[in-house]
Amino acid sequence: MSSFTSPARNQFQEDADRTTSDAPRRTAVRNALQNYQSARDRTGATFTDWKAARSAASTIKHEAVNHLDQYLEEFERKFTARGGKVFWASNSQQARDYIIQLAKAKNVRAIVKSKAMTGEEIHLNDALVAEGFGVVESDLGEFIQQLKGEAPYHFVFPCMHLRRDEISDLFHKELGTAKTNSPEELTMIARRVLRRTYVEADMGISGANFIVADTGMISITENEGNARLTVGVPKIHVALVGIEKVVPRLGDLALLLPMLATAGTGQHLTGYNSMYGGPRQPGENDGPDEFHVVLLDNHRTRLLADPEQRDALHCIRCGACLNVCPIFKNIGGHTYGTTYQGPIGSVITPHFRGLQDWKHLSGASSLCGACTETCPVGIDIHHHLLHNRRNAAAEKPAPGESLLWKAFTFLMRRPALYRLATRFAPLGSLLHPLVEGTALDPMIAWTSTRDFPAAAPSSFRSQFQKHQAQKSGGSK
Amino acid sequence: MTPSTGDREAVLGRIREALRVPAPLKHPAERSAGGEPTTAHFREWLPPVGPSLDERFALFSRLCETLKSELVVCADMDAAAAHLTTLATEGGWKTLGLHRGSLTSALESRLPAALTRLFVDEGYDKDALEASDAGLTECELLVAQTGSVCVTGPSSGGRVLSVLPPHHIVIARRSQILTDLTEAYATLAAKYRDDYPSMISFITGPSRTGDIERILVLGAHGPKRLTILLLP
Repeated sequence: MSSFTSPARNQFQEDADRTTSDAPRRTAVRNALQNYQSARDRTGATFTDWKAARSAASTIKHEAVNHLDQYLEEFERKFTARGGKVFWASNSQQARDYIIQLAKAKNVRAIVKSKAMTGEEIHLNDALVAEGFGVVESDLGEFIQQLKGEAPYHFVFPCMHLRRDEISDLFHKELGTAKTNSPEELTMIARRVLRRTYVEADMGISGANFIVADTGMISITENEGNARLTVGVPKIHVALVGIEKVVPRLGDLALLLPMLATAGTGQHLTGYNSMYGGPRQPGENDGPDEFHVVLLDNHRTRLLADPEQRDALHCIRCGACLNVCPIFKNIGGHTYGTTYQGPIGSVITPHFRGLQDWKHLSGASSLCGACTETCPVGIDIHHHLLHNRRNAAAEKPAPGESLLWKAFTFLMRRPALYRLATRFAPLGSLLHPLVEGTALDPMIAWTSTRDFPAAAPSSFRSQFQKHQAQKSGGSK
Repeated sequence: MTPSTGDREAVLGRIREALRVPAPLKHPAERSAGGEPTTAHFREWLPPVGPSLDERFALFSRLCETLKSELVVCADMDAAAAHLTTLATEGGWKTLGLHRGSLTSALESRLPAALTRLFVDEGYDKDALEASDAGLTECELLVAQTGSVCVTGPSSGGRVLSVLPPHHIVIARRSQILTDLTEAYATLAAKYRDDYPSMISFITGPSRTGDIERILVLGAHGPKRLTILLLP
C-alpha cells in the first residue's frame, strides 16, 4: 500500500484523526457557522428567482472562461490604455520575482496587504519578508492569522476557528494589549495598530474578486474597508489575480456582486464593492501613481484543458460550499493542507498540485451534494470529486484492486462456488476476534473506528429454502 | 520572457491550446422573450424593488436600518446643516474633511466657524486627514435594492475621504436613489462613457467585520458610522 499514499495524504489522515476528536474546536467552528445558513436562506429568499439568477451567473462565467484569451486581452488593452501595467505570470516564482523586483526598484520599505488567496497560493509574504520588506495583513482575520503564524482556516473567514479568549491572549502576547473578552475591543485594538500602517506603507497589495474585460477594471469585495485603504493611500498598488477571475462586462457585476454576498455571508451586498480602472487619473486628487495587475496562471490552464471539469474555474470563492460541508465542519480547514479548503479546494487542488498526491481529498467526501446545491454559479462540485477519483484510478490503479475484482467476478458467476464460500463466513466471524484491531486484521481500516457485525449463522438462501420447504409441507 | 509583460505569449498559448476542446454549458440561462439574456434581465431574478421613487425610498430606508446606516431625511439644506452641527457638537469634532461640490459647499457654509475644514481637492496631508473626525462627501447615486451609496473620485473627493475618517457623512438628494446595480452601472456608463474614474465604490453600511466568532462589529478599519443626509 505504500506506493498508494503520499506525504500530503499521511498528513491529512493524521490531522483528520486529531481534529475530529477535538470537540471544543468543532464546537467553535459550528458556532461560527450557526447563523450563516439562516442569514443566507433569508437573503436568498428575497430573490425573485434564485435559480434563474444562478443559471445566468453560470452562463456569464461560462462565456468568460471559454473565451478567456479574448477577455484577458481586452482587459489588458483597456487597462494599459489608462496607465495600468499588466504582468503575466506562468507560475508562482515569476509572480513573486516581479513583485519583489518592483518593490526594490521603487525603494519600497513597508507593504500593506489586503486579503488575497493568490498571495497565500504563491507564499508571497514569506518571500517578501525574506527580502527584508515589512508586510502587514490588514484584513482583521488575516491579521490575526499572521500574528499567530498560521495559514487561513477558511478562505473567506480566516480565523473562524479561534475563540475570543484565544485572540485576546494572542494580542496580549504579540501586541502587549490588555486582555479583554469583547470582540469589539479586540477589533478596535487591530484598528489602532493598522491605521498607521496604511499611512506609512509605500505599496499596497490586493487580490481581486473579478477582472472586468470591457472597462479594464478589477473589482474587490470586502466588509472592513481595509482594501479601500490598502489601494487608496500608498503610492503603488499591485493586484495579484488568477486568470480565471474574468467577467466580460461591467454590468455583469450587477448580478454577481449580490450573489457573491448572499452566498458568501448572507448579506444583500458586502460592505465595500470597489472597481479600480487604473492608477490616479488626470484631475483626480489622490490614488496610487502606479497600478500593476499580475495575472497568475500557476496551473489554472491545466484545469482549463479538462473540459469536463472546466466549470470549476467558474468559482467566485464565496466559501458557501465549505460552510455547508459536513466534512469541513468535522475536520476543519487546516486539515486539507491546501490554499483553497473544502469541496472546491478538493476539486481544484489535484489539478494545481498533482492528482496522485492530492486525490485523497476527493475521497474525503460523503458525496451528499450539499456543495453542488449551494454553489451560486452551479459548479457540479461533488461530481467533480467523483471525476477525480475515476481519473486517479485510471491513471494509477490501486495495487491488487483489479485482481480482487477479477476474483469477485469469478466467484459471483459460479453459484455453487459462491454458496460454498458463504459457508465459511461463520468461521470467519469466529476467528476474526482473535486478530481484531491488530496488524493481522484484514479489516483494520473498518474495525479501527467501527464494529464489524458477526455473520448470520445461516445464509439467507438456506433460510429461504427452509421456509419454502415448511410452507409446501404445511399445505399438503 | 520580456520583462515588461512577463510570460504573456506562453500563458495565452496554453489558454488557446486548452480551449480547443469546447466545454458544455451545464446551466443555460433562461432566455427572456427577446433572445439572449442581457444585464437588463437581472431585474427579473434579483430582489424586487418597485417602480416608483417612493417605493425605492421605502426599500432604501428599510435597508439602512438593517445595515445600521443613519438615514436622516432633511427638509432643506438648513435642516441638514443643523443635523450635522448637532453631530459635530455631540462628537466633539475639531476637524471635518470635505471636498468642494454644489451640495457640500452649500452645507459647509452653514456650519459653525469653529469647526476646522480640511479640503482634499488640491491634495492633502494623509496624517491630517487620518486625524480628522469626519469626512463629508457627495455621492454619484444611491441604490435602493442593496441600500448602497456609490462614490467615485470625482463625485466624492477622491479615493480616501469616504473611508479614512471614522465617521462618513453623505449629502444626497432623494432623486439620486436608483433601483438597482444594473441602473447604477448604466447611469455611470452614460455619464463617463469610456472615461471612467479610477475608482467606483459601492458602500453598503458602515465598515464591519465578523471575523471574531462571526459576531458583528462596526468600524473595523473604515468609518464606524455612516450618516446619509437626504435632501428633497
